[in-house]
Amino acid sequence: MTAVIDARGLGKKYRRRWALSDCTLSIPAGRVAGLVGPNGAGKTTLISLATGMLAPTTGTVTVLGEQPASSPAQLAKVGYVAQDTPTYASLSVEDHLRFGAHLNPGWDARLARKRVEQLALDPTKKAGKLSGGQRAQLALTLAIAKRPELLILDEPIASLDPLARREFLQILMESTAEHELSVVMSSHLVADLERVCDYLIVLVDSRVRVDGDVDSLLASHHLLTGPRRDTATLPASQQLITESHTDRQSTFLVRSTEPILDPAWSVAGVDLEDLVLAYMSGASARSQVRQPASAAAQVNR
Amino acid sequence: MTWLAWRQFRAQSIAATATLGALAIVLAATGPHLASLYSSAGLTDCHANCGALAGAFIGQVQHGYSEKVYYLGIALMCLTPAVIGIFWGAPLIAREFEEGTHRLAWNQSVTRTRWAVVKLGLVGLAAIATAGLLSLMVNWWARPIDKAIGYGNSSSPAEFSRITPVIFDGRGVAPLGYAAFAFALGVTAGVVLRRTIPAMAVTLVVFAAVQVFVPTVIRPNIFTPDRLTVPITATTTGLDFRGTRAGLTVVGDYSKPGAWILSDQTITPAGHAFAMPHPPQACLGTGSLQSCFSWLASRHLRQLVTYQPASRFWPLQWTEMAIYLVLAAGLGVICLWQVRRRQVVS
Repeated sequence: MTAVIDARGLGKKYRRRWALSDCTLSIPAGRVAGLVGPNGAGKTTLISLATGMLAPTTGTVTVLGEQPASSPAQLAKVGYVAQDTPTYASLSVEDHLRFGAHLNPGWDARLARKRVEQLALDPTKKAGKLSGGQRAQLALTLAIAKRPELLILDEPIASLDPLARREFLQILMESTAEHELSVVMSSHLVADLERVCDYLIVLVDSRVRVDGDVDSLLASHHLLTGPRRDTATLPASQQLITESHTDRQSTFLVRSTEPILDPAWSVAGVDLEDLVLAYMSGASARSQVRQPASAAAQVNR
Repeated sequence: MTWLAWRQFRAQSIAATATLGALAIVLAATGPHLASLYSSAGLTDCHANCGALAGAFIGQVQHGYSEKVYYLGIALMCLTPAVIGIFWGAPLIAREFEEGTHRLAWNQSVTRTRWAVVKLGLVGLAAIATAGLLSLMVNWWARPIDKAIGYGNSSSPAEFSRITPVIFDGRGVAPLGYAAFAFALGVTAGVVLRRTIPAMAVTLVVFAAVQVFVPTVIRPNIFTPDRLTVPITATTTGLDFRGTRAGLTVVGDYSKPGAWILSDQTITPAGHAFAMPHPPQACLGTGSLQSCFSWLASRHLRQLVTYQPASRFWPLQWTEMAIYLVLAAGLGVICLWQVRRRQVVS
């Protein structure tokens, strides 16, 4: 299994604040990976490191086996749609296609033209006059038509209305299937990711909280409800993510690869949104009690 | 990459071409008239009494529209490098940062170093070419006036010789260096400040400061100035009295047509600057100018002049162009280094 993004102890520090710390992850090829976390968790920092827009303070990151943005060949293999989907406001849609053709040896002009036709974009219209959704589609077209192996998208849909969001994801999924792309996409909108992602990374407070295959993550997380009991009585094989208690009842979200055998529990599955929210709120609960960083890191893995 | 650099520069290049075209029409329409004035003044093959002929010619120029065109040329030559630095240099990369489009450009199959080299190279060469064309046109037009001033004459002050500051900046090859430097300065300010408007302001201020600093401090000393010492005697003609803050001083007569006078002092035998006693009873109080001159002659004064002769025009031009091109190249390297290490999230 080759990794599209491989990070080892990756960290980035701005003046005094760590935007990302001790990030170790390996995103396998052929997946649509969702990078989720609250605002300010370090999603954009991680993506900027992976696209070579930033240099790491600690650790290393390789993308498709090479240092990001290290050569034209490496750049050609990665399509990147940056946050707010930047385009040249004074250039027309047609000019953007020329731009792509001139700057990318692997440019697929037929594909680009087809996309523009499908989107019903006026080729003579200046990019500055397009709607947010159209601009995002144009940026995606540029990224896909260079025929990359990996597509990285940073909050591409955050600023779009629900309809444009749905369209964008649909086209993204079609292209992914058609061209066998690997995708890494960040968002704080879990519901959107749930529809498209088969791999998940949850980033909270500049750290990776959990990462893995969506199906196996869902299969290994259980919501346990039963008579009130202490967390210390849970078996070692069950890793506690969140807990809540009433006078007589306890509810735990646990991660366990083994089946839950205790008959006192009523066991329920979780969906992706529950899981992500559990990891996010679990982190905030922990940061309140100021658990040492090393212990938090153990919980992560 | 060349396509992108060119496409982004298109509007500015059209504006530049239009301006140069309009100026070319004005100069082509008025140049022949100036040349005919020059030849009808008898200056074309002048061997004797050229100063007087040149004076008459300059007098005619001053009474016609040619003078306005002459000043227009000077103004354009002074402003063009600054305009290039402000409107071509400063936004070149700063605007990309402002609008976030560098994140699009830096993720095509072109390294950001190449992106910056091509942008800098293409627009930088255009800046040099623009300044070169402008200099060629203005110099061609002003050649009769420059030559006439070079003969030395009574109608125009020595400050209009082509080697003197201001005129020098609009002649020969030095403007190519200025344009390259101003452009590189603008780009560097933009890369460092990452905002177009502040970068424009910094470019203007720094470029203006350099354009004042170089002619006052550097240029006079690139070559050791020539010195001229003239004794002041009772028969010295053209003695002139000049009021300065230190008091009244006396200036002897000398003639260095076309030269750039750096300093001009009356000194005592001991080598100190001479100033008239105050009040100047010994001289002007006597009532007779002749007795005043005799009194001055008895002081054994000398007139000490330092200057750059007209013959140093081209050596100074080439040297200054080289200095500015080296500065521009240095700034270009700083830009590339900044772009390579630039860390940009948003």
